[in-house]
This record gives sequence, C-alpha cells and structure tokens, in this order.
Amino acid sequence: MFKKILCMVLAVVMLVGVTFMLGSCGNDKKDIKAALICLHGDSSTYDKNFIDAFKQACANKGLTEENYTIITGIPEGTECYDKAADFADNGYDVVFADSFGHESYLIKAAKEFENVQFCHATGTKAHTEGLENYQNAFASIYQGRYLAGVAAGLKLVELYGDANGKVSDENAKIGYVGAWPYAEVVSGYTSFYLGVKSVVENVTMEVRYTNSWYNEAAEKTTAEALIDAGCKLISQHADSMGAPTACENAGVPNVAYNGETGKNTFVIASRIDWVPYFEYMLDCVMNGKDIVDDWTGTLANGAVKITALGKAAAEGTQAKLDEVSAKLQNGSLKVFDCSTFTVGGEHLTEYLADVDDAGDFVPETNVIKTENGVTFFDESAFRSAPYFDIRIDGITEVK
Amino acid sequence: MEKQQTKQEQIKKEPWLRIVKRDALPVKKVILIYAIAIVASLLVSSIICSLFSSKNPLAFFTSLFTGAFGSSRRIWLLLQDTALLLGVAVALVPAFKMKFWNLGGNGQILVGCLAAIFCMFYLGGKIPDALLIPIMTVASIIAGAVWGVLPAIFKAYFGTNESLFTLMLNYIAAGLVAMFITIWVKSGSGILEPLKYGNFPKLFGSKYLLTVLVFLTLAVLMYVYLKYTKHGYEISVVGDSPNTAKYIGIDVKRVIIRTMIISGALSGIVGLFLAGGIHHTISTASANNMGFTAIMATWLASFNPLVMIGTCFFIIFISRGMVEVRGNFGFTNDSIANIVIGLVYFCVIACSFFITYRVVFRKSGAKRKKTDKAKGVD
Repeated sequence: MFKKILCMVLAVVMLVGVTFMLGSCGNDKKDIKAALICLHGDSSTYDKNFIDAFKQACANKGLTEENYTIITGIPEGTECYDKAADFADNGYDVVFADSFGHESYLIKAAKEFENVQFCHATGTKAHTEGLENYQNAFASIYQGRYLAGVAAGLKLVELYGDANGKVSDENAKIGYVGAWPYAEVVSGYTSFYLGVKSVVENVTMEVRYTNSWYNEAAEKTTAEALIDAGCKLISQHADSMGAPTACENAGVPNVAYNGETGKNTFVIASRIDWVPYFEYMLDCVMNGKDIVDDWTGTLANGAVKITALGKAAAEGTQAKLDEVSAKLQNGSLKVFDCSTFTVGGEHLTEYLADVDDAGDFVPETNVIKTENGVTFFDESAFRSAPYFDIRIDGITEVK
Repeated sequence: MEKQQTKQEQIKKEPWLRIVKRDALPVKKVILIYAIAIVASLLVSSIICSLFSSKNPLAFFTSLFTGAFGSSRRIWLLLQDTALLLGVAVALVPAFKMKFWNLGGNGQILVGCLAAIFCMFYLGGKIPDALLIPIMTVASIIAGAVWGVLPAIFKAYFGTNESLFTLMLNYIAAGLVAMFITIWVKSGSGILEPLKYGNFPKLFGSKYLLTVLVFLTLAVLMYVYLKYTKHGYEISVVGDSPNTAKYIGIDVKRVIIRTMIISGALSGIVGLFLAGGIHHTISTASANNMGFTAIMATWLASFNPLVMIGTCFFIIFISRGMVEVRGNFGFTNDSIANIVIGLVYFCVIACSFFITYRVVFRKSGAKRKKTDKAKGVD
C-alpha cells in the first residue's frame, strides 16, 4: 500500500516537473529581479522622475513589486557600493543608480559581481572602463531645453515685445540657477539660451551656481538674487522646488526641469523620460542580451520630453514648439549650430572635449562636425553624458 | 485661625500636577522599562508602516531584523556604522559632561576628513602609504582639535555662547569642503573621485574590523579617563558648578580648552576614518549628520561611554533596519521612515524622562487629610 502511494506521488511530482520544464521551453525569458538606487527620495524632482519611470517600466515588463526594489537616500559614497553589493548578494540581476557620484562605487561593485548588470545615469566611464556588466545612459536633454527656451522666448515677447515683436535689451535679460559649473549644466543652460535666442535675438543670460545638486534654500535665494538683478524669466538646473517657489513669490515666469511644478508662473519644463531606457534595460537582462555601453535618449525615441504648457505660457507656443521639434527630429535643425553663437566673438570651427574621462581633465576629442553644410557641436554622440563645456557670448557666469 | 488660613492658601497654591525627581530605580527595572518602550514603539511603527503599504505588520519586523542582520555584509556594516557613531559620541561626551554644548560635531568630523583627504590628494603616490597614513592621522587630529578649541577659547575668555559658535563652524567647515572640491575637481561636477592612495589596510582580511576595534578601544579609554583620572574629575566639577571648581583651585579656562581640544581631536579621528578607511573621498555631507545623532546617543547613555556602545548600536540598528523596511514596503518617500525613527526615539526619550522623574497629582482635600494624619501632621 505504502509503495503504491509513493509511486503515485512520485509520478505526479515528475509529471508536474516535466510540465513546468516544457512550459518554460518556448519562453527563454527569465524571471528577473531589478533594483533602483536613488540619491534622494521622491521629494526631489530629479529622483522622482526616475522612481516613477522605473515603476512604470517594471509594470510594463510584467515585474511585480516582489521582483523590484527601489531604495532611496543612498549618498554618493561607499554606501552606494554597499547597497549595490547587497543587492547582488540577494540575487538581483540588474542594479541601476541615478546619481553622477554613484558611478565609481557602482563600477567597484560591477568588478566584483560579474554576473550582475550595473547601469548608471549621467555617468561618463562605461565606454572607457571596458566592463561587460557596466553601462551608462543619458538623454539629449539639450533638445528638450532648446524647446523650453523657445517657449521662454515667446513668453518674453508676449510680456515685453513691441509692435514688431522686439524686446528691449533691459527686458531681454534672463536668469539661470545652475547646480555646479559642470558640462551637464553648461550644456543645459547653453541649449536653453540658444532656444530663447532663436526667438529673442538680443537675449542675455546670467547664470549663478548653488554648488549643490540639491539645496532647496540655496536654489530659492539664488533665484531671488537673479530676479533682483533684473532677470525677467528664470530657469534652473537643480533638483528642488526652490527656484519655482521664488519665481511664484515674485510673479516671474519660470521654466522648470524634470516636471511640472503646478505653479501659476510655470511656463514649461523639459524632462528625461526614463521609461524607454528602463524597458530596454529590462528586456536585455530578461533575454540575456548585452546592453549598449552608452545609451542616449532623444526626442525621436521618446526619452526627451517637454511637459504640457503651463498657465504662464504665451499664446501660439504649442504650434511653434511642434514645428521646431519636427525640425530637431529630422536633423534639419541643430541645437549647437556654430553659426548661431560665438565664443570670444569667433564662431567655432574646432573644439576638443574631455570625452574620455580618465580623471586628468584633459580634452582629447574633436567634437565639431559638418553635415549638409551645417557646422555644429555634436553633443552626446561620443558618449551619452554631455560634454559641452564652452562658455559662449551672451551668457555671464557669476561665481 | 490664622494658621488654618495659610494652610488653605497653601493647598490652593499647590499645582494640579508637578514633577518630582525619583529615587534611582534598580537597573533591572530600568532595562525592562526601556525594553517595553522600544517594543511598544516598534509595534505602533509596524502598524503605521503597514497602513501605508500592502504589507502586514509582521513583515515590518522581519524586514527590520533582516535589514540589520540579514547577511555577513549587513552585520559588518551594522558594526562599522555603530563604531563610527560611537566615535562621535565618545568625542562629544567629555564636552557635554562639562556642560559645554558642542553642537559642532559635524564640522569637526568634516575638517578632520578634509585634512586627511588634503594629504591624500597632494601626497598620495608621492610618498609611501606607510608614511602617508601617519601624516593623515596627525593632520586630522590637529584639524579637528582646532575646530574644537576655537569656540572653547572664545567661551573661556569672552564668555561667548558655545552652542551658536560650534553650530556656525559647521557651516564654515561645509563651505571649506565645497571650496576645495571646486579647486580639485576641474570638470566642475562637484564629485571628487575616490582617491587611490592613503587607503587604510585590511585587518585580518576585513576592511571593517580596524574601524570597529579603534572606536571600541577609544570608548573604553574615555570611560577610564572620565571616571578614574584627575582630568575626568575636573570635567565633572566644572560641569556641575564652575564656581565650586574655581573655589577648589581648578583652572576652569584651562579645563574648558583642554577638554575641547580632546573633543575636537576625537571627532577629527572619525573624519580620518571616513576619509582613509571608508569613502576615500569627501563631500559636504560626509559627516552624515553624526554630530547631531551622537548627541542623543550620549544623553540616552547618561554620558557613560560604555553604555553608549549600546545606545549607538540601537540607533544604527533602527536606521539600518529601516532602510530594508523602506525597500520592502516600497516607500520612496523618506518621511515615513523618518516618522518611524522619530517615534521610536520619542518613546525611548520619554521613558528616560519617566525613569528620572515622576508626576505627582494634587491630592483631593479628603485624601490629603488622610495622608497628613498618617504622617502625623496637625
């Protein structure tokens, strides 16, 4: 009797096993575990942008909450390595970190855990590090900033333009709150400025730094200082609501970053939509494919986005943005077209940028290209993270 | 007749409740009260956390404990972070015992860290690590001591407020760090890459052990220093009554300055370990607010360096455990974790209050007469 039952049980077990094996044959996707490491929680607009995208991409790829973890508040120090290694210890297949300073610690983890994929936003080292399991990703956010600049220019014309749409020099002054004097920020504010300049030819811009990627109080006081200095419109590359709040209090139009601010003075914001990258990353890991060293999102692939227009946007902005966006996408318009700006009074014909980040801060790659008769600075082509660090005429940095 | 009236007035004047100091409770009872407070606060926390997510309260406890003890890496990190916080608490405790409110722990750690990084940046690779590390150590200790002694000198000679002074020095330290980062990092990213030279060696194959041993030893030494040496005695007399100290011939200024040199130097050592042992880089947030967290560790331990080992362990256990809870419960907002940590601290601090004091309510007239009679009054 006992033997009979044992036989039956064994038969059932084997049958179930075979069924599962057959069932999984046609499907070579494996069940994966993914993790996101964030510098701050979702009170930071920068991190919230990643958190929301990660959740959505996981949901789109069928990962449940059991299969992914988001951890916030991980500083840019050894804590990042500790957490990445901890995820690897616990069987995670892919770990993504969202802050520039996480990079070297993620690389350290990548060297130690060869079977785990480590991906990183805004970093610069993947193409020179030569690790199979470490990659960078960023987006051509300069396209989005340029579009936001066009909207800002139209706003200036609406507020201060005369009958011919000309704005006086005094009123054509705008301000920009920057985090650090770093290529990512310089590239961002220059593209924004060039966007405004495409509408208001005589625009000038003052840039002030907070020397912090996230400091709400400093961002607010810096924006206030810019408004006091006569800036008629403010934009920012910093991660808190500091600058938008200062603008709201002073009734000055604001062009934001990372998302809508919900303020009355909000004109438009550009942002990177990370869903396309996260989906690509998860797909690669599920199917055992390699992820590219440098992934660059664009307007075309849906990673560069502008938000819906805010209450403060000028009339006719949407039509103009659609037109410019189409030109950017088909390549007939280049943001960093060298004929539209000067450096020390000269148009650029050659420029070496520090694309290979060996820690020596020595530039080595000529990034000026000519295509179809247009000479332009080819941003985010040699690596995903921006390397435009030229200070052009019309923009003053106050340090 | 008159006497009776004054008595009635007295009864009227007696407040409805008042706070009276308790006789010392037996240690066993104290521990039991703390344990109950902690368990109760964690129970409430688990319910709060489960309200904001789909998980049940039990998952809170498993996450909390696996987060702290779940793997050997986690246990080592728990010990390392405990040791660092203990280091800061050990640095602050002599100052607090002297009733010198040193709120400048963060700044003192930061300048210690900066001094070490400064040596690593300029001397790294040019001289052997065996020479570099001692130089870093000296630099960190001096930098921390200077940051500690500045407010002490002003307090001793000009009677300035040390809380504000030390607090302001935190901002200056952070400003100095930001300044050096802008000088060192030419790309302007504000992120200093980890430096390769001047990294502390592993001890018996563990990169955590050295930190743990050094700060445990310092805690024991501080205990001996405060309890059994003349300096320690002077510190407690100055803390209790500067006038008594003067009367019995203690040079109060000297004690204040000497103690703050020690306090600052010890904070500097924590900075040294952050630079050489752990991060190999610096940011304005490197002190990780330990200068403030450690204040609680010292108070909860009633300024006893040995008890501080326990309080630091508890604080780090909660904060590391909560990281795992946050991850597992899907909290991407730091506020909920902060509410829980705040709640636990609140319960613990409240119960330390009730261990030292008790609340006495005004007795009603009838009751009062009874007790008075029993006491043989009137």
